[in-house]
Amino acid sequence: MAEITYREALKRALREEMQRDPNVVIWGEDVVAYAGGGAYGVTSGLAKEFPGRVRDTPIAEEAIIGVGIGAAMGGLRPVCEIMTVNFTLVAWDQIVNHAAKQSHMFNGQIKVPMVIRTPNGHGRTAATHSQNFDAWFAHVPGLKVVAPATPYDAKGLLKTSIRDDDPVVFLEHLQLYGTRGEVPDEEYLIPIGVSDYKRRGKDLTIVTWGRMTIESLKAARILAEEGVDVEVVDLRTLRPLDLSLAFESVHKTNRAVVAEEGWRTAGLGAEIAASLQEQAFNDLDAPIARVAGLEVPMPYARNLERATLPFAEDVVAAVRAMMQKQY
Amino acid sequence: MDKENLVALYRQMVLIRVFEDRAAEMYAKAKIAGFLHLYNGQEAVAVGSVSALNPDDDVVVNYRDHGWALARGSSARAVMAELFGRETGTTGGRGGSMHLVDVNNRFWGGYAIVGGHLPLAAGLAAAAQYLNTGRVTLCSMGDGSTNIGTFHAAMNWAKLWNLPIIFMVENNQYAMGTHYDVHSAVPMLQKAAGYNMYAEEVDGMDVMAVREAVCRVAERARKGEGPSFLNVVTFRYRGHSMADPDVQRDKAEIARWKERDPITQFATEVLLKRNFATPKELEDIQKSVEHEVEDAIEFADKSPEPPLESLYHYIYQQPVRNMQVAGSLIRPPTLARDVPANGKHA
Repeated sequence: MAEITYREALKRALREEMQRDPNVVIWGEDVVAYAGGGAYGVTSGLAKEFPGRVRDTPIAEEAIIGVGIGAAMGGLRPVCEIMTVNFTLVAWDQIVNHAAKQSHMFNGQIKVPMVIRTPNGHGRTAATHSQNFDAWFAHVPGLKVVAPATPYDAKGLLKTSIRDDDPVVFLEHLQLYGTRGEVPDEEYLIPIGVSDYKRRGKDLTIVTWGRMTIESLKAARILAEEGVDVEVVDLRTLRPLDLSLAFESVHKTNRAVVAEEGWRTAGLGAEIAASLQEQAFNDLDAPIARVAGLEVPMPYARNLERATLPFAEDVVAAVRAMMQKQY
Repeated sequence: MDKENLVALYRQMVLIRVFEDRAAEMYAKAKIAGFLHLYNGQEAVAVGSVSALNPDDDVVVNYRDHGWALARGSSARAVMAELFGRETGTTGGRGGSMHLVDVNNRFWGGYAIVGGHLPLAAGLAAAAQYLNTGRVTLCSMGDGSTNIGTFHAAMNWAKLWNLPIIFMVENNQYAMGTHYDVHSAVPMLQKAAGYNMYAEEVDGMDVMAVREAVCRVAERARKGEGPSFLNVVTFRYRGHSMADPDVQRDKAEIARWKERDPITQFATEVLLKRNFATPKELEDIQKSVEHEVEDAIEFADKSPEPPLESLYHYIYQQPVRNMQVAGSLIRPPTLARDVPANGKHA
C-alpha cells in the first residue's frame, strides 16, 4: 500500500471513474489551463488523458453549477469544480433551489447525478477567501454533503459520490491537499452516510470531521501522554448525518467534545450536541463541549488568523477541562 | 402544414385559453392556492414553438408554464390536479403551478427563480452535444429575466461552446409590473448581439410566425451552427399572477393587444379564410375543449391529496443510509398531520 497525498488520492478517484464511465466529465475554472490543471492541482494532467472531457469554464459559478445540473439531467455525470468554497456563494441559488430540489419537487422524475468539488479552508487569504461552509450545505435537504479527512477517505468517497444519482457537495480542504496517507492500489468504495472511528479510546469521545479530524488525532497523541485515552469519531459525511458511532462511543466513554472548524453559532456542532443530548442523555456524565472557529470574518494578519482557527491545542484544552472537572 | 395539424394548433391554443380561465375561477373558489401565473394572450408562443420541435427535443421554461405543459402533451387532468395539489398531478402535488414537469415528453419543468433555469437549459444542451443526440434545447424565459447574471452567464457559455440551444424571450414587456423601458437599458436584440448570437424578432401573436422562427433556429442548431436567440413579442392579458390587481398597466394598451388576439387572428386569417375549417368546426372545438377542462376540474377535485407517507419520497433518488439515525434529519410522517388542507393562503 502506497502513501500518497490527499490531492493525488482525489485525482486517482477522478481518473478511475472517468475510465469507468465515459459520461463523467470535469468542468470548472482553470481545471485545464492553470499551472497544468486546477488552482490546487487536483485535475492536473487529466485533460490530456481524457480529451474533450475536462474543460475550462468562464468564471461564472452560477453557470458552472447550473450547467452541471442541466447536463446531469441530460445524462452526464459532471464533476464541477468550484475553485474555493467561498465562490459557491455566487452559485448558492443553483445549489439550493435547483440541485437540491429537483428530485423531490419533481416527484422523482428528475435526477441530478453531479458532484460539486470545492475546498474549505484558509491560508493567509483574509475574510472573503478563508471560510468554512460545512453547516450551510449540511442544512439543505436533497444535498448529500461529504467532507473527507484522509487520502483514503477522499478517494473512496469521491468515487462513490461520482456514481451517486444525487447531487453531492464534496468538501475538500486547502490545508489537507498536501497531507499523506495510505491508499490501496486496488479499487475500493466508501459509502456516503457512514462515519468512521479514526482512533479507539475509552475516556472521552471527540466527534469531528474534515481538518479537525486531523487536529483531533494530534490532540489525542498529546492527551495519551497525559494518560487520557480519547476516541475520535470522524463523521466523513455531513448529510445524511450518521451519528450511530457517536452514540455508540458516548455510551462507552460518557463524555463528548464536538470539534468543528466553522463558526460556532448555528454550526453543525450545535446540531450534533443537540442530537447527543436528545438521544444519549443518560450516557453523558458531563455537558458536551464544543470546539469551533471564532466568530469573526477571518483576518489576514498571521497571529489573528491563527487565533481565529481551532487547532489541536484547543481540542486538548477542551478535553483537559472536561476530564478535570468533577460532575 | 396540413389541415389536420393546423386545426390541432388552434385546438391547443383554445385549450390553454379555456384552461387558464377556468383555473382563475378555481383560484377564486380557493381550490387553487399560492401563486397562479396565467398564460392568456401568450398561447401562440408555446403552441407554435412546440409544433416546431421534435418530440425528443428538450423544453425548459419559467413559472408561467401551464400553456407549455399542455402544448407539450401533459393532460389537462394532470395539470389541473397539480394546481389543486393532488396526488394525480404532474408532480403528485409537490411542485404546484410554477413547477410542472413531464419528463416523458422531455418537458423539464417550470422554474420559478427568475433566470435560474437558463444555465440548466444550457446544461441539457451541453449533454445533447456531448452525447451527440441531435437534440435541441428550447429555453423560454420572460423579458424580466434578461437582466440577471444567469442570463448573461448562460448566453456567454452557450455561444462559447456552440451549444444546440434556443433562448426564447417571451417578451410580454412587463417584468411583473415594471415595463421593459424601466427594467432594461438596451433594446432586446442588442443583448443577443453582445454575444454575437444569431437572433430574430418574432410576432408572438402569430402562431405560424413563431412556428417558422423556431423551425429555422432549431435547424441551425441541429446543423451545428450553435445557439440562437428569439425575441418573441407578445402580451399577457391578465396581471402577473392572480395576486396582481393589474392597476399599473394602461387599459387601452391591453385592449389594443386583444385586437390582435392570437386565437381569433389564427381562426379568421388562416383557418376560415383559407377554408381549413368551418365556423361550425371551430365551435365544436370550443365545446370539446370546454368539456375537456370541465372533466379535468372534476378529476382534480375528486383526486386525493398526496399521502402523508410520501412526504420523504425522492428527497434522494437512491436509498440513503442512516436517514433515521439523526433525529433531526427525518421524523415520522405522522408529525406532519397538521399540514393545512388545500385552500387559499393569505
